[in-house]
Amino acid sequence: MTYEAVIGLEVHVQLKTRSKMFSRVGAGYGHPENTLTDPVVLALPGTLPVMNKEALDKTIMAGLLLGCEIAPECKWDRKNYFYPDLPKNYQISQYDQPLCRGGFVEIELPGPARNVMGEHKRIALTRIHLEEDVGKLNHGEGVSLVDFNRAGTPLMEIVSEPAIHSADEAFAYLTALKTVMIYGAISDCDMEKGQLRCDANISIRPAGSASLGTKVELKNLNSFSFVRDGIASEVRRQIAVVEAGGVVAQETRDYDGQTGESKSLRSKEMAHDYRYFPDPDLMPVRVGDEWKSAVRALCPELPFDKQRRLQKDYGVPYTITSVLVPDRGLSDFFEEAARLCDNPKAAANWIANDLLRELGSARLSLAQSKVRPSHVAGLVKLVETGAIVSNAAKEVFIDMFQTGDPPDRVVARKGLGADVGAGELERWCSEAVAANPKSAADFRAGKESAINAFKGPVMRAAKGRADPRRVDEILRRLLAG
Amino acid sequence: MSEELCFSTISELSRLMDSGALSAAELMGAVVSRTKQVDGRVRAFNSFDEADALAQARASDGRRARAKAGGARPRPLEGIPIGFKDVISVAGQPLTASSRMLAGFVSPYDATVTLRLKEAGAICWGRLNLDEFAMGSSTENSAFGVTSNPWDLERVPGGSSGGSAAAVAAGEAIAALGSDTGGSIRQPAALCNVVGLKPTYGRVSRYGLIAFASSLDQIGVFARSVGDAALVLGSIAGRDRRDSTSVDAEVPDYAGGVAALAGSGRRWRLGIAKEYFGEGLDPEVGAAVQAAIDQYRALGCEIREVSLPHTRYAIATYYIVATAECSSNLARYDGVRYGSRSGRTTDAVDIFFKSRAEGFGQEVKRRIILGTYVLSSGYYDAYYLRAQKVRTLIRRDFLEAFAQVDAILTPTSPTPAFRKGEKADPLAMYLNDIYTIGVNLAGLPGISIPCGFTRGGLPIGLQVIGQPFKETELLAVAGAYEGRCDWGRRRPKL
Repeated sequence: MTYEAVIGLEVHVQLKTRSKMFSRVGAGYGHPENTLTDPVVLALPGTLPVMNKEALDKTIMAGLLLGCEIAPECKWDRKNYFYPDLPKNYQISQYDQPLCRGGFVEIELPGPARNVMGEHKRIALTRIHLEEDVGKLNHGEGVSLVDFNRAGTPLMEIVSEPAIHSADEAFAYLTALKTVMIYGAISDCDMEKGQLRCDANISIRPAGSASLGTKVELKNLNSFSFVRDGIASEVRRQIAVVEAGGVVAQETRDYDGQTGESKSLRSKEMAHDYRYFPDPDLMPVRVGDEWKSAVRALCPELPFDKQRRLQKDYGVPYTITSVLVPDRGLSDFFEEAARLCDNPKAAANWIANDLLRELGSARLSLAQSKVRPSHVAGLVKLVETGAIVSNAAKEVFIDMFQTGDPPDRVVARKGLGADVGAGELERWCSEAVAANPKSAADFRAGKESAINAFKGPVMRAAKGRADPRRVDEILRRLLAG
Repeated sequence: MSEELCFSTISELSRLMDSGALSAAELMGAVVSRTKQVDGRVRAFNSFDEADALAQARASDGRRARAKAGGARPRPLEGIPIGFKDVISVAGQPLTASSRMLAGFVSPYDATVTLRLKEAGAICWGRLNLDEFAMGSSTENSAFGVTSNPWDLERVPGGSSGGSAAAVAAGEAIAALGSDTGGSIRQPAALCNVVGLKPTYGRVSRYGLIAFASSLDQIGVFARSVGDAALVLGSIAGRDRRDSTSVDAEVPDYAGGVAALAGSGRRWRLGIAKEYFGEGLDPEVGAAVQAAIDQYRALGCEIREVSLPHTRYAIATYYIVATAECSSNLARYDGVRYGSRSGRTTDAVDIFFKSRAEGFGQEVKRRIILGTYVLSSGYYDAYYLRAQKVRTLIRRDFLEAFAQVDAILTPTSPTPAFRKGEKADPLAMYLNDIYTIGVNLAGLPGISIPCGFTRGGLPIGLQVIGQPFKETELLAVAGAYEGRCDWGRRRPKL
């Protein structure tokens, strides 16, 4: 029998806000333990939460970007459970009235080849709600210490419908979601920093069936590839259980990315009763049309929309747009360069190939790059007008990258201009023909490739500055004469 | 002279200090010595810091002198020693909620009311006893000892703010702050013969008040007179960005507004609800309240019957809403970050179980368990959700009554102060709040003022219930009666 996997993902995304969800203390990663705390975060007696508007703005933006319906009112509930990393021993969350409902994430599946665009699909969302993050337990020898720096960080929970059917789709979903979040400056989604965390609900059913099987929740999927591998292995495990005549148990399993194995954490019977109720410390907040419009005005173009537009408007091929678009800064860089020159494809190539290569080997970010869009556009123009030849252009680019000088200044400084004197070029060509009568005879006898024997010496004499097309023209004229 | 100061009103003391006849340091010194003299018997205080209080008083004298030199008016509460129920945070002072759970805890921050009182020039004087986490009506639930009623040391002062009421009644503080969740200011005020004001929900910031039931809790004032209560309220009221439930309504000049209304000769329309004069009302209390109503009539007020039919559901509703909220609010006391941690623990879960088992008293545990139950999956709709609906009905009763009357008069408590240990049955204790709970459920302002004594010499309180955010009118109605009698000027023999 063949089986179909049915997967729903619960993704937690930390919002990139200046302060915490319900207090004024700063939010961030990598600070000394327990320095991002205050009486509210530590839940000292008598303290009260006050909502962070920036977190609401960002969640509304996430909802608008993903086509969700935004609730007219933002209401808060308490989710009660005891855990040492949860200072109040309840989490302020949204239970029955999430801020965003519905919507979808557009994903791209792997194509048949690397340079061919894959199939696009829409994965439906159930809801997005806002809550506060918990602290972190650090277990040592015989002691456990709590770091509350993360506690109270604004956290979105993005819940998909059980509409994902393979590990590859799950991977594509996360990739697309992360790109959208980064485009909106909603989150950096760095999984290593815990800014994006993912749990998967997985079940299997006979292919073609419409019913849902028993679901297993898989936790601790702490990298994109662990998500893919973990889901694939869980689907295999469930198929093996069913094939062996067994029944999949409803449980929560913990995935170990190192071994590729999962083990049971708790069964359904041990599920919590969270005793949700409306938080009496927080008033519901109305989200009116004016507020939504203000956020909508700040929404960026969606990544896949941008990719389609770059391909259509600038004729940039898929292989290049798939490099440019996932990075909003890089694609903006490209568009600026494209506006400043007449050959956007050439600009795109410089950026996607040379710039990224140089940044990579220098371990720099785009923001640190001395090469600006105007430099790239200038370089493209110099090549277009024949002012420099392509070999020289490569050298100019590397120089620009190191010095930050504009391309014309680099060309002048290094004498890389293509304007070799016409007389000089003519002379080098004559000398090359004269020095090699055998090849001249071969060419005249019809051996087309023999002409290449003259080009090397000419280019060497020109130190690479000669335009190969002109050299070819001159040689043919001389040999014909 | 010294004892005289301790029983003076804020306005009397301010006049003395303005004239230079009295310094804040002298006043504080008098209150300290009075406290040392009587608190062994009254036991209103959990703790106080004499040196700190005197230092604050000297600083106050400095401010007053500078203001005088600069031709500026002194601050409204300059130099007045105000006691704090031990659930309101003052930076650097203990904050215990009269619970073993917080024994030894010193708060690092000021409550908003504390900041505002400091801004008004007041001296943050001692920590006052209460029923643990403000749960109770007698102050017997304190982990640190029972406060006595200054009028009869064998009896309770009421609760939960029993320490605050007793301190003001015994001359150990000029005024005090308390909190009122179901009557915790008004009932002890009635039992101790002082004025107790619970403002409208949202009128005073709760930031820095240890939460019992967030949707019911409100900080309020114990004072020797209605005028003093108005002064203190004016200093602590107003919107606070740290409390989302505080309301952005203008803070009027309460004292000035009350004086203006008193001078206007306004004839108040006052409501009497039969639901507040039924079974369980002590005859002497009923008679004193009736006499007060007659006084109002004599003052030219119009007395009307009003109906509050959902009153009979108030106690049941209250004990669902309040316990549900407290079960969640008190979850933070777990022995992990602060407070008392059991010394015999093996792991994190064990820290939770043992610290809470050892740290909380019986009544607190009873309410946490009840609250946990009513919020449980499958019971939520039947209890919590239904209670919220009934709460809406109770509020509607009041608002409909206020279409006809300016304020409502009731007894504050069905009985005068009872003997310590007399109400061992929790339900009997809960019934003590029968006349005060509705006000909290409806979010209204209410005040208890002295209205007489039993033949045995125990104080009786009259409750005036006002309209939302109309504290000026409420205080004016209370003041009109206060001006006709001198119950509040009587002092207990200690």
